[in-house]
Formats: sequence, C-alpha cells, structure tokens
Amino acid sequence: MTQEKIITAKNMTKKFGHFVANDNLTFDVYKGEIFGFLGANGAGKTTAIRILCGLSMPSAGEIKVAGFDIYKQNEKIKKNIGYMSQKFSLYEDLTVYENLNFYASIYGMQKNEIKKKADELLEKLEFSYAKNKLIKDIPLGWKQKLAFSTAVFHNPKIVFLDEPTGGVDPVTRRQFWDLIYQTAEEGITVFVTTHYMDEAEYCDRVSIMDEGKIVALDTPLNLIEQYKVQNMDEVFVKIARK
Amino acid sequence: MKRFISFVTKEFHHIFRDKRTLIILFGIPFAQVLLFGFVITNELKNVKIAVWDKSNDEVTKQITDKITSSGFFTLEEIIYKKEDLERVFKAGKIREVIIFEENFAQKLKKEKIANIQLIADASDANSANMIINYTSGIIMNYTSSINREINLPMQIHVNERMLYNEELRDVYMFVPGIMAMILMLVSAMMTSISVAREKETGTMEVILVSPLNPIQILLGKVTPYIVLSFLNAVTIIALGYFVFGMPIMGNLSLLMAETMLFIILALSLGILISTAAPSQQVAMFISMFALMLPTILLSGFIFPIENMPLILQYISALMPPKYFIIILKNIMLKGTGLAYIWKETAILTFMTIVFIALSAKKFKVRL
Repeated sequence: MTQEKIITAKNMTKKFGHFVANDNLTFDVYKGEIFGFLGANGAGKTTAIRILCGLSMPSAGEIKVAGFDIYKQNEKIKKNIGYMSQKFSLYEDLTVYENLNFYASIYGMQKNEIKKKADELLEKLEFSYAKNKLIKDIPLGWKQKLAFSTAVFHNPKIVFLDEPTGGVDPVTRRQFWDLIYQTAEEGITVFVTTHYMDEAEYCDRVSIMDEGKIVALDTPLNLIEQYKVQNMDEVFVKIARK
Repeated sequence: MKRFISFVTKEFHHIFRDKRTLIILFGIPFAQVLLFGFVITNELKNVKIAVWDKSNDEVTKQITDKITSSGFFTLEEIIYKKEDLERVFKAGKIREVIIFEENFAQKLKKEKIANIQLIADASDANSANMIINYTSGIIMNYTSSINREINLPMQIHVNERMLYNEELRDVYMFVPGIMAMILMLVSAMMTSISVAREKETGTMEVILVSPLNPIQILLGKVTPYIVLSFLNAVTIIALGYFVFGMPIMGNLSLLMAETMLFIILALSLGILISTAAPSQQVAMFISMFALMLPTILLSGFIFPIENMPLILQYISALMPPKYFIIILKNIMLKGTGLAYIWKETAILTFMTIVFIALSAKKFKVRL
C-alpha cells in the first residue's frame, strides 16, 4: 500500500438546520486501501458518503476526492469514482447485460470494450447463463454482486459502497468481501460504510463515527489493542458507552 | 451524445416492458376519444314527450305534427286527464308534456290568442331548458308561418347562424378538451412517475453520481415521452378528423407546433412534480388531483369559464390547458393563424419556462 492520499477531508461539516450531521470530520484515505466508515444508524455515515460522491454539498470544510476539489472540479471527480447504494440499485426491468451496458455507457465506455468486459466479468462470476435474464428474476445475493460489479466496471479510482451488505446472509456477505478484496488488489480504493462490526475487521483502516463526529480512526488491530478488547465489536461497545 | 442515446434507449425499454404504462399511453387515449365522442352528448335526439290535447282540432294537430317531425321529439303517449300528468313524469320516460287549451283553434281565430302549456321534467335542469327552448322554437316558427298571410304592421325577423360549428356538434368541443387532458395525463403523469420510480429504487442516486449531468438526465427522461405524446396527439386529431368529422381549417404545421409546445409544457410540469414527490404513489396522486381534475373542470373543456364564480375564473387563468384548448379551437374550427393566438402561445411559452426553471432549481438543490 502506498501512502498517496486519494481522499482528504479537513473539517468537513454538514448541517441540516440546527442538526449537525457531520461535525468537523478530518480524515485521509490512502490509495488502494479498504477504508471502513463505521457507526450506528444515524451517526452520519451516509451523509459523509453523499458529500464525497457529490450528491450533497457540505456546509463547510476542505475536501479533495481523487485529487480534485469537490467544490470546483465536481465533474472530474464523477468520472473517477463509482458508487453503490444500499438499495443495490439496478433496473429491475432490464436484463443483466443491459444494466451493465447502460451504466458503462454513461461513463463513456465504448461498445466493443463493454461487450468484451461484460463477458469476462460474467464468466468470472460464473453468471454467464443469466446474461439475458431480467434483474427482477435473479436472487438478492446476485443483485448485490452485480450492483458492485457495475460500480467498478468503468475502472474508477475510488468506489464508494454505502452499506453494501444490508439484508443478505452471512455466506453471501463473505463472498461479497472476496469481491471487494479482488477490487482492492486491482488498485481501486474502496470506501465502505457498514454497521456490521465483524466486517470492520476486513478493512485496512476504520473510522468510527458517533453523533456526527469521528471518535476513532486506525487499523482494526491497533484499535483492538488500544481499547484492550478481543474484537471490533467490543471496541464499538466501549466507544458507544462513553 | 452516445451517453444520451443509451439513456433514451433505456427509457424506451422501461416503457415497452411495462404493460401498465403501455395501456396508459396507447389504450386510454383511444378509449377516451371514442367514449367522449359517442357517449357524452348534449344534443337533443328523440326526446320522449306526451301530449294532452284538450281541443283536438286541426291547428293543434298541425303543431303536434311539426314538433314530432322535427327529429328532436317522439310522441310517446297521449293523455287525457290531470292525474296522468304526474304519472308520466314519475314513470320517468317522458321528459315533456305539451298541453293545448280547450277550443284552441277557435280561440286563435276569434281572440287572436291561444295558450299552450309546456311542462318539462327539470330534475335534469340543463336538458329541461333545452327541451323547452327547442319546443318553443318550433311553435314560434309555426306562428310566424300562419302570420305570413296577414301583414303585421311591424315585424322583427331574427336570422341566426352558428358560426364555426353550424350543426352544433359536441365533438368539436370535446376533441380539443380530450387532447389537452390526455397530453397532460401522458406527459406529466408518466414522466413524474418515471422519475419518482428511479428515486424509489435508488438508481437516480447512481446516475447522479455518474458523469451525466442533471440536464442530460432530464432530457433523457422526457425525450421518449415527447415522441410518444406527439404520436398520441396525432392519433387523437386523426380520430377526430376521420371518425367524427372534426375539421382542421387552419394550418396543420401550426397546429402541430402548438401541440409540441403544450407537450413540452406538460413534461416540464411532470418533472417539477417528480422533484417534489418522493415516491411513485405520491407522483401519481399529485398528477391526478392537481392536473387531471382542474383540466377537466376548470379549463373550459366542459363548463364555460365565463359562467364560473370570479375566484374560479382567476384559478382557471392559471390552467395551461385552458389556453391550449383556445388555441386548438381557433386553429381547427376557425382556421386562424398565429396572429390571433399569439397571446395564448406566449402565455404557454412563459409557463413552460417557469416550470423548467423551477424544476432545474429544485433538481440542483437535491444534489
């Protein structure tokens, strides 16, 4: 892992009226790492990820994503990131291939390139038989994998995953993390939010959010040592009790 | 451009794979035009009447003949006593009773005056009014025909002509109204639902994160509906023309251009609704109640605007279909050019710009 910073946030703040969803968040994400963004529901994870993806404007703070300023170079950022929402957003009435084709083409990929890459991808996933099936006819676990594969299909520098494992069983979750590892090995930085603490241990580094603030940021191992506990779950419980 | 094309392709997939959408898009316009054209009619035809002829002479017979041979009325019953009056009206079939007084012809000759009483069933006020008017008209006609031999010292002759719709056909009124209504329904409701659906399923977020900019997204959303709405408009005009004989006196390309303007207006309204609606249900609800009902009730489609209370007249001035219907009637029935409808056209253009500006603003805020 290099120490090149791919996301830098300084005092990132987002207020909705009097409610402060993100309170002076400062953190860096390094190129190629899997960065976990943890916290209970409502801690401000989704708000943060929406700001970094350009879906929402921060109230204050200096933020750079993929080396571009989020206020001035929004368009350039968009070309360099991928995003997977917690709803596994694919078009239910389009086929597997049509979904891939659509998302790839709005990122400006060429037809031949899309075709070749889609075939490779489906083969790798052992899902070629479903190429022309409608999304509404395939199981949830597959939708999740496909939504992820679509998000990284155009080879972005960073992929943002907003609670990507909600609602699927542990085995599928494990398989999904294998996909994430493969992606990180290819050099794509993974920024993932989750509230499953066991998943935190799969990350290179994690930040834990509580009531809009970052209360801890380190490698899972260091955090476990620092709090003198057995696993991330207990780290989280200790933090929450404070 | 390529991105845009693949976006539009995707939209067409959505439309053609959803049966419900297809029915709304193509079934409803057809059904509406035929329904309104054939079923709803304000014209009098074969109204059933009864006659109570207390005199039974040649004059009363002549008048009765005139009335029944007009095509508007059919003589259903002849009654002879007062009790029958109530009975026939209560039975409900007979809408009007014509009563001639005793010694009608004699009186007319000697006293120069004789009385006919017309009693109509006004539980349906509008048609009662029409029935009475039609009957009086026929009787007046008869009176002036027997007066022709005698020279009255002073006379006023009324010559009437129903310009632009000589036969007073209702279809001429309904075709423009239905067109406004259906274009509103298809354009505004379908786009608002289709945008709301993407919000619901979360795909909107994903495409907003992509390099597509909001304007491309909105254009991509509305383009298929522009095409389909236009096809719809052509279908309605063709149905009106070929099935109901609705004339197109004016310039066809002007008609199409105005239709296009209205489609764009409805689409921008649909986008505006969708930026406010969080789900498909809400989008549909808003479209139905905020667009459909006012279009039907306040646009002058069915009820004349001049007869509304002042406050409703002001509200109706805000209804885009009102202006579109005026434009349509002008072009189709009167054959007027842009010189006579530039004001309405300008109002519609202005409304379109306002809707686009508002929705662009709202759409950006969400970013």
